[in-house]
Amino acid sequence: MSNRRTFMAHSAAAATTLAFPLVAGAQAKTVKVGVLHPVTGALAYSGQQCRMGALMAIEDINKAGGIKSLGGAKIEALLGDAQSNPQAGTAEIEKMNEAGVSAVVGAFASAICLATTQAAAKYNLPHVVDVGVADQIVERGLKNTFRFGPGYKKCAEIAVANLHVLNTAAGRPARSVMIIHEESLFGTGTANLLSRELPGYGYEVKEVIKHANPTRDFNNIVLRIKQVNPDIVIPANYYNEYALLVRTMQQQKVTPKAIYSVLGGAASSYKFVKEFPDAANGIIDCNHWFNPKDKRSAELKKRVEAQGQFFSYEVFMTYTAMRLLADSIDRAKSSDRAAIIDALSKSTFSDHIMPYGPTQFVNGQNMGAQPLMTQVVKGDIKVIIPRDYREVEPVFPLNG
Amino acid sequence: MFDSSILWASVLNGVTTGAVYALIALGLTLIYGVLHIINFAHGASLMMALYGVYFLKERLGIDPYLALPVVVPLMFVLGYALQRLVINRASHGKDENILLVTLGLSIVMENLALLFFKSDTRTIDTAYTLTTWSIGSAMISLPKLVAFVGALVVSALLLWMVRGTDLGRAIRAVAKEKHGARLMGIDVEHVYAMCFGIGLACLGAAACFLLPAYYVNPQVGNGFVLVAFTIVVLGGMGSFAGALLGGLLIGVVESLGGLYLGESLGQVGIFVIFIAVLLLRPQGFFGART
Repeated sequence: MSNRRTFMAHSAAAATTLAFPLVAGAQAKTVKVGVLHPVTGALAYSGQQCRMGALMAIEDINKAGGIKSLGGAKIEALLGDAQSNPQAGTAEIEKMNEAGVSAVVGAFASAICLATTQAAAKYNLPHVVDVGVADQIVERGLKNTFRFGPGYKKCAEIAVANLHVLNTAAGRPARSVMIIHEESLFGTGTANLLSRELPGYGYEVKEVIKHANPTRDFNNIVLRIKQVNPDIVIPANYYNEYALLVRTMQQQKVTPKAIYSVLGGAASSYKFVKEFPDAANGIIDCNHWFNPKDKRSAELKKRVEAQGQFFSYEVFMTYTAMRLLADSIDRAKSSDRAAIIDALSKSTFSDHIMPYGPTQFVNGQNMGAQPLMTQVVKGDIKVIIPRDYREVEPVFPLNG
Repeated sequence: MFDSSILWASVLNGVTTGAVYALIALGLTLIYGVLHIINFAHGASLMMALYGVYFLKERLGIDPYLALPVVVPLMFVLGYALQRLVINRASHGKDENILLVTLGLSIVMENLALLFFKSDTRTIDTAYTLTTWSIGSAMISLPKLVAFVGALVVSALLLWMVRGTDLGRAIRAVAKEKHGARLMGIDVEHVYAMCFGIGLACLGAAACFLLPAYYVNPQVGNGFVLVAFTIVVLGGMGSFAGALLGGLLIGVVESLGGLYLGESLGQVGIFVIFIAVLLLRPQGFFGART
């Protein structure tokens, strides 16, 4: 747990410096921003990674002179813990509203985002969703909700289309699929989308298995995979369960033609690749990923690693979401909530490390947002699709 | 229909999990058999033991298996002290009070854990967590195999203690007729506390065997305690052999249930058996008719 303790120490230190940035300086005002994530409970690891990304972005923004149009006002983070459940997330929004925040960035998990965006809407409080892939989040007509990254519908469509491209190029060795997903909104929604998309391309979905969070024994699920013997296994779950599932598959010597993840919790995670290089080798993932050609992403990665942390998607997603918000506050020239919402909806923010191009929100969804396809190759994570961002040629099937 | 090699793997998985269930149920059945109380704090005590093993590993680097000689005596002392200083005093000799006291203890323990350790689910990693052995066509993970053997050894020790030692004779005497035992010069309060201590010591051992392949959070005990109650009723209240057999059976039923019905529905099988036993053989496999 030393990681966690260091992390806590870092966040506490960062929060303190952010809260009291100008002891001796001029009395520039601050803009309060809620940073809300599940930093305890089943999703604690991901939530802490998100929080680190947000705090790094705030540090960078403040160091570069704060919000320029507001006379260099610094951003002040108000940290919240959603405790890995939607109710706690909603309660934190109430507290943040009372504390007078101008906007909120969060809250990682789909089910939590669904609740927090709605709670924030009551107060016309702008809410930038950092990850939350369920499309329902931006489909309820909430004027305060903006998602910078792609939703699971887009990810599932891209993943299936690319699977078909890879499979066709390899001479169509794969015909059957098994989906293993976690039981909340994110996993269930992704699994439903995949089950709908896959048959259209001629793949048979042999079985869809759902599991709880946390699940600590995947033996039975892996035995079922062994029995059904699908060509491709598609997991859609969070880090702990993803890691355990793949490790149990390795333990039980289950080797499908590909482990092809859609938003797989550990599939494109440097932590997983480092801790379990054998289990991770060859895994393909369709997930949030930074533009590998942008030099700034390598710099950010180095900074995160210098803190003894992993550069996971949570870090750069929340980092960029916070920068998007700061850009909009700057454009709004105000810390007023309505003005920020207006600026977000007209945002053309393009100074970021994601492969999205200039930002353009339609009904709260960033239209340019897209996932990239990655594969674990020799202990590293490399982009394989699309061609514009490709770092290595894909290996498919794995045991061909 | 599943392949025989897969059924075999699932059965093995169930038997090894069941052995740990049995170990937890043994502690419960011993406390019930002698004190005639149902220890509602059993799950919370297991949770405390798991945290003990966790922190020994994380803070001091002590391997869970090497932690056995530390955790088991500590749990024994905790159990002895709880019975002597809290449960016995607060109950004023009434069984229904004991029930409430243990229930209260479990709530206090869980909330203290929530306060100090937060709701995070924690795991440890050991060099052997992923090591597997093949038995026939099935792969079984080393921690599960160790847990299985360990649970059997502890059960054998417990049986020997009850059958062959003076303490065991005293326990059996108190269990049968506590007033008679007291007249024969047996310190009944001491025997009660010893039983509670031994019951919790079993949990200490279970925790050491569990953690390499399991996790700990403040609510972790709840899942086990329900299964342990089922096993105690299934095997016959107070019967050691019953608890062992019941544990293994429940483990296999749960595993096969999970395989056929899916993880969420897998436990249905356990409770179907439970209800069937209550209807057809209410005294359990080995329980005496009363």
